[in-house]
Amino acid sequence: MTRRIMGPFNRVEGDLEVTLDFADERVKSAQVSSSLYRGFEQMLQGKEPGDALVYTPRICGICSVSQSVAAAQALAALQGVTAPPNGDLATNLILANENLADHLTHFYLFFMPDFARETYSSEAWYPRIERRFRAHTGTAAQEMLAARSQFMHLMGLLAGKWPHSLAIQPGGTTRAVEIQEKARLQAIVFGFRRFLEQTLFGDKLEAIVALDSVKTLEQWIGDRDPESSDFRRFLELSRALDLHLLGRASDKFMSYGAYRFGEETVLQQGVWDQSLQPLDSTSITEDVSHSWMSHQTTPKHPFDGITLPDADVEQAYTWCKAPRLDGRVVEVGALARQQVDGHPLIRELVAESGGNVRNRVIARLLEIARIVIEMESWSKQLKPGEAICNHKPFPQEAQGFGLVEAARGSLGHWIKIKHGHILNYQIIAPTTWNFSPRDSQGKPGALEIALQGAGLRAGEKEPVSVQHIVRSFDPCMVCTVH
Amino acid sequence: MNLLWLQSGGCGGCTLSLLCAESPDLFTTLESAGIRILWHPSISEASGSEFIELLERIIKGQERLDLLCLEGSVVCGPNGSGKFHHLSGTGKPMMKWVEALAGVARHVVAVGSCAAYGGITAAGGNPSEACGLQYDETVEGGLLGKAFKDQQGLPVINIAGCPVHPNWVTETLLQIAAGELEQEHLDDWGRPRSYADHLVHHGCPRNEFYEYKASAEKPSDLGCLMEHMGCLGTQAHADCNTRLWNGEGSCLRGGYACINCTAPGFEEPGHPFTETPKIAGIPVGLPTDMPKAWFVALASLSKAATPKRLKENAVADHIRVPPKRHTGGKS
Repeated sequence: MTRRIMGPFNRVEGDLEVTLDFADERVKSAQVSSSLYRGFEQMLQGKEPGDALVYTPRICGICSVSQSVAAAQALAALQGVTAPPNGDLATNLILANENLADHLTHFYLFFMPDFARETYSSEAWYPRIERRFRAHTGTAAQEMLAARSQFMHLMGLLAGKWPHSLAIQPGGTTRAVEIQEKARLQAIVFGFRRFLEQTLFGDKLEAIVALDSVKTLEQWIGDRDPESSDFRRFLELSRALDLHLLGRASDKFMSYGAYRFGEETVLQQGVWDQSLQPLDSTSITEDVSHSWMSHQTTPKHPFDGITLPDADVEQAYTWCKAPRLDGRVVEVGALARQQVDGHPLIRELVAESGGNVRNRVIARLLEIARIVIEMESWSKQLKPGEAICNHKPFPQEAQGFGLVEAARGSLGHWIKIKHGHILNYQIIAPTTWNFSPRDSQGKPGALEIALQGAGLRAGEKEPVSVQHIVRSFDPCMVCTVH
Repeated sequence: MNLLWLQSGGCGGCTLSLLCAESPDLFTTLESAGIRILWHPSISEASGSEFIELLERIIKGQERLDLLCLEGSVVCGPNGSGKFHHLSGTGKPMMKWVEALAGVARHVVAVGSCAAYGGITAAGGNPSEACGLQYDETVEGGLLGKAFKDQQGLPVINIAGCPVHPNWVTETLLQIAAGELEQEHLDDWGRPRSYADHLVHHGCPRNEFYEYKASAEKPSDLGCLMEHMGCLGTQAHADCNTRLWNGEGSCLRGGYACINCTAPGFEEPGHPFTETPKIAGIPVGLPTDMPKAWFVALASLSKAATPKRLKENAVADHIRVPPKRHTGGKS
């Protein structure tokens, strides 16, 4: 057995290290380590509850709005306030803007450049893929950056700026939409649709959403030239490299439900563990047995969680805690959302090959198509002249939580206030779930499972397969530990 | 020019903001000035050992480093050990890498308020012992010390902001690449004067409400945010309302207060961010360069003269009373 430490991983948000034990040229076991601690939960203690809207988005520059929405929901629960329809519409447009921009950034800037690595230079597809997706200088990056920036003009209109907006409030948003701005929003979303249809998919968004089985997907592939779109290019690569056999994790999926309108969410909430089950958020716990954390001996629900770092804990190898759902290791992200929500293609792909590199990427791209269509509908439903924000004061003592779906998965904030100030604030981020360390039962986290079995290509010191598996989760390390 | 970009105690938001650069896009902008990215955490191909070898080559002087950019604060905890952030794959604290690289870089740039002063990461009790490259909040020093000068004789260039506007970064890098950035182009906090000589108040779309002290009372109101909602736009050094963000935005245009994120120590204002502290009903923080007596006198005078239109619109989320039509001539 040989041990190898890999890191830093770039093209993930934040800092990551992975320790791999190899036997027979394959990964036998993996330890995933988040190498940065900042201490947001400690900072928030004693603050006024409303200040969470300034601090928590700054946990993360890529999931900034998701953090705002989770905080605003938790604060709304304290106040007992609900948003008017315009408030929900604006919040969901802002959140969807971030999530889809993140999906695009992930695909073009973070994930695909690994296929342009030298290690693949002998493959028949290499020259075409290398030209298109080479990090920084490939032809795709410039096209994508321009489309992303223009799409994010929606942020300028509805949220003032991105990242780190203060527009999202417990009872709605701070920015009412005028009639001409409603028209402009629709044009911005249409502009993004055009980029997606011409460049990413090479097909109508509706046609992508309608791919409802493996058979129709195969047919779609068969009808198209491999160079017809970036999605088609990915599917070609995926087939050539058997990406569906790479990076299978626990095959248990969780989604908090995405894009909330009152009590309902557009993508439904739930847990997939061989079948669809309801989510019980009271069964969430965090274990710190392998984390550089002290003052907590047994796993605790986040309302009672403690975050106090201690760099000298024996057995520990990460600043990340180990969240579990009723003791289970779950995977979160776009694949989990689409699986839980029941998109027929995703259900069939997961039934065939589980959660893996290919299926994670397909679900992410499919989700872009689905949500842009929703955004078009939301922007039409805005009613200029009607209220955007409701208002209520904070009580002196209360507790509440907010559950949202960031691009990369389920994000939760749990807050307790006393004497009008924050007594405890605990956050579990998407990659805390996916890149969790072992728990006190010795059960590895989702990525740790997914890395088992990853192989080396001839001549490799640091396997590219590990790069694909790690990035397929679209990790956000700054959120993970916060 | 060779650019190396590192991230430490921060959120990565300055990079994500930078990727929103337009006309032209980020990569084209850098290329126009001959800036070559040796490595950037969100952009480059190299990972792991290839990257660590690059750092070692730079430190040994085998690869020239013109621009060292740090995003995120320097993490010194616990107890000065730097263990809260070791650079993955090296077992060595990031602060040690940054220190070594700053010693060989022609210019050192702090991108964002965290890298400049400590920023949000230093909030609360500063649990990670975060500081900036050459400042610890408002105190000179930081990781590199008060006396630090780069190889061209400049201090650390502090492109402060939380996050930075993409153009604050690109324009500063372009000036450096052209050899046109000198000491006189930096203000007292080491910020490029190109944006720090402006106030957020300049170009604020709420200026008429400000003039008449017609103030917002709750989030989403159209009125001036200074009197009640914590806005520091009249004191904050930045050009957010003349330059605009993500096409047409700014904090004020988005309906919320400026929290002065380009200033050292902004993360601990000493009061809730979106409430204005007052003494005897008068906001404690006065507009920049304004004598207090004048402000009080003008405020009470203009309050007495506030037109009904502004009074009503200030506490609404859309225009309820439009400006009167002028009939021209002598009306």
